[in-house]
Amino acid sequence: MNFDLTEERQMLQDSLRRFLRDKYGTAERNKILESDTGFSADIWNGLAELGIIGALFTEDQGGFGGAGFDIAVVFEELGRAGVVEPFLDTAVLGGGLIADLGNDDQKAHIEEIIGGTLQLAFAHGEPASRYDINRVSTTAKADGDNIVLNGRKAVVVNAENANMLVVSARESGDVGDEDGISLYLVPADAKGITLQGYALLAGGRAAEVTLDDVSVPASARLGEAGKAFMAIEARIAAANVAICAETLGAMETACRLTRDYLMTRKQFGKPIGTFQALAHRMSDLLIEMEQARSAVIVAAGHLEHDRKARESHVSAAKNLLGRAGRLVAEDSIQMHGGIAMTQEYELAHIAKRIIMSDHRFGDTDHHLERYIALAAA
Amino acid sequence: MDLSYSDDEKAFRAEVRAFLDEKLPKEMSDKIRKGEELGKEGQEKWHAILNEQGWLAPNWPKKFGGAEWDAVQRHIFEEESAAAYAPRIVPFGLSMLAPVLQKFGSQEQNDYWLPRILSGEDWWCQGYSEPGAGSDLASLKTEAVLNEEGTHYIVNGQKTWTTLGQHANMIFCLVRTDKKVKQQEGISFLLIDMEAPGVEVRPIILLDGTHEVNEVWFSDCKVPVENLVGKENEGWTYAKYLLTHERTNIAGVGFSQAGLTAVKRIARAEMSGGKPLMENPHFAARVARVEIDLMAMSTTNLRIVSKAAAGTAPGVESSMLKVKGTIIRQEINDLARRAAGAYAMPFASEAIEGSNLALPDPLNAGPVAAQYFNNRKLSIFGGSNEIQRQIIAKTMMGGGA
Ligand SMILES: Cc1cc2nc3c(=O)[nH]c(=O)nc-3n(C[C@H](O)[C@H](O)[C@H](O)COP(=O)(O)OP(=O)(O)OC[C@H]3O[C@@H](n4cnc5c(N)ncnc54)[C@H](O)[C@@H]3O)c2cc1C
Ligand SMILES: Cc1cc2nc3c(=O)[nH]c(=O)nc-3n(C[C@H](O)[C@H](O)[C@H](O)COP(=O)(O)OP(=O)(O)OC[C@H]3O[C@@H](n4cnc5c(N)ncnc54)[C@H](O)[C@@H]3O)c2cc1C
Repeated sequence: MNFDLTEERQMLQDSLRRFLRDKYGTAERNKILESDTGFSADIWNGLAELGIIGALFTEDQGGFGGAGFDIAVVFEELGRAGVVEPFLDTAVLGGGLIADLGNDDQKAHIEEIIGGTLQLAFAHGEPASRYDINRVSTTAKADGDNIVLNGRKAVVVNAENANMLVVSARESGDVGDEDGISLYLVPADAKGITLQGYALLAGGRAAEVTLDDVSVPASARLGEAGKAFMAIEARIAAANVAICAETLGAMETACRLTRDYLMTRKQFGKPIGTFQALAHRMSDLLIEMEQARSAVIVAAGHLEHDRKARESHVSAAKNLLGRAGRLVAEDSIQMHGGIAMTQEYELAHIAKRIIMSDHRFGDTDHHLERYIALAAA
Repeated sequence: MDLSYSDDEKAFRAEVRAFLDEKLPKEMSDKIRKGEELGKEGQEKWHAILNEQGWLAPNWPKKFGGAEWDAVQRHIFEEESAAAYAPRIVPFGLSMLAPVLQKFGSQEQNDYWLPRILSGEDWWCQGYSEPGAGSDLASLKTEAVLNEEGTHYIVNGQKTWTTLGQHANMIFCLVRTDKKVKQQEGISFLLIDMEAPGVEVRPIILLDGTHEVNEVWFSDCKVPVENLVGKENEGWTYAKYLLTHERTNIAGVGFSQAGLTAVKRIARAEMSGGKPLMENPHFAARVARVEIDLMAMSTTNLRIVSKAAAGTAPGVESSMLKVKGTIIRQEINDLARRAAGAYAMPFASEAIEGSNLALPDPLNAGPVAAQYFNNRKLSIFGGSNEIQRQIIAKTMMGGGA
């Protein structure tokens, strides 16, 4: 066994960390948060040039990474700096699904994605689906050579910036069936698509997407008709590895800020870190950090394994990070006192990233139930 | 021991309910239910409605114009207000300053300030904390020096975290009047006009985007000596007396009850696995656990408050109420955001009136995630939960802790 990063990944981590340290400070980031687009094109392009998007695709797909560990390295650094730009949506989810399922024409988009010129969003969740990835009620009906899509997609992150949406829709079966779900690559300006956009609490933007008789050629389908579920599940597993790694990075920042603050803030004439009530809690956070790191490593390492091993390790990580993340976010704020409640302090944003990561692709409870179900299967 | 309400208490509950039914404006309760900010005008309106009814100051003695309710009556009012989504009264004048004036203030001060608190003419805020003096409040540095004529204090320094200071015209402050003695023995309690020259209020924006607190700066601000409460350098005693009052309602049982009702409503609307989330055994267990805690807390609160009402100011028990009450409230906030699933993600904030209108909210959940973050303050302010635990340990173990 060897727990060191490969030389390539170490270089990736170093250059990404350096870039973000120079260009993504609290002030710069808070300006992005308040902007209308919720997004910085400069940062996006800079990171694309650095090869960050390429690192999320395999060599076969045109990149130079794409494994679970590559995703984990990239997203831990993004999380450490509280980055809000939609690498998850464009690259891991949208781009990943094109890479996994697309034909040669569709795969031609990957070069644009890696180059930073194409933005995507994954329009999958619906108002009544919560975290169930099989619950698709948006419909896809054949109409001659075309397919007509109807339905509503909930909280679609990056929908407004996206050039194309990857839309899930049901061709057959009941709302909760795994069978019968297809994916379509739909231009964002297609007739019949309406976006109701809004800012997100932890940064970035999303939209409610309404599909009203959106007609696309059958060639817009990604992969086989009605057979997209397995690919969706695997991509969401990759997304969850990314989210867990990102949360881990954010937790590290929270712990670093808290540790520094405990050693410098004085009350009653001494650094508050000398009060055992706080010192022991800080120790507990550091213990949980080690556990969280292990959970991320194990999940990332199982991303290329068979379905059951992959899914149960990913659910384990999402559950553990959900619990440890909440502890770290809440205790970090508490141990800071009032200062952590202010918008301009770094921890405020970082704590929001940590907590809100539990609201995408299944929360702590959802993944606990899933872990139990997988163990019983 | 008798756990049932007396006939008088039942009649009182009916009276409160009828009053809320008739007098609580619908647009107000709608706002509270949706978690929206009431704003200054709304606050003042509800304040006036309660004042007209004579219910504005439940804990004041009748001779000062209060309702002089007992603990059970206050509990009933609290429960009914929460259930009806009635607004909360801003506590700084009514339940913090007033008890101090009534106990330590002069006749002239009581005659002048108390009616103005009731009428809403003055909006008070609390100037205790400073950047360097949070938990260690006694280390505060804002200083007040008596001028040569002996007519005015000249105040210099900075207060911070001043809740709703942007609406206030008056601030009660702890200031240092003697630097040579032990910290606690050189503090005085001063009433300061915020419209006077030399006072500047600067906003602090909280992590949920709300403008709830401020910095208040004093530079050579002149305060008439008549505005000193009690004796010079004895402010620490008054400050601590005030803090025990600040903590009595801190269990927030009414808030928790309303919050838990909201959690259940959201979880009945949210679907998981094709069924309402409320039917998910795992989620239902989370809700039940908090509900059990809250049931006990409601009784703990009543027991402690009744005991305190027998004359003594509540002591260590108010620290217990604060710690457990805030843990319960924060857990309920956590459940609400959890229940809302992906729909907790939109940046719904209480910050700007009407700003949430364009947001999707199929569950009618309101700004649950913003409230979750905002209420992290509950375990920080009014004496942090660590400080409360320290008080409990010191008291219960004598000098041993
Ligand atoms: C089953 C068993 C096997 C053992 N085997 C061995 C052995 O093989 N060899 C050996 O040498 N010893 C052995 N021990 C002894 C063991 O190391 C001591 O019990 C241990 O060091 C604690 O000391 P104590 O029991 O005197 O408790 P104390 O030191 O009196 O502690 C009492 C409580 O106070 C807490 N406490 C003490 N100081 C602090 C502090 N500064 N801050 C916060 N909390 C504090 C402790 O955590 C504990 O909860 C064994 C003990 C047990 C129970
Ligand atoms: C939203 C909000 C509104 C507020 N409104 C007002 C207001 O209207 N007026 C006003 O005067 N103040 C107000 N406050 C200030 C509040 O009372 C202080 O934040 C509080 O006293 C804590 O002080 P601090 O923030 O400086 O934290 P610190 O005192 O620096 O504490 C930092 C951490 O250290 C811990 N700690 C400190 N000392 C000890 C110890 N001895 N043992 C163990 N742990 C310790 C604390 O519990 C905390 O976890 C408000 C605060 C907030 C967040």
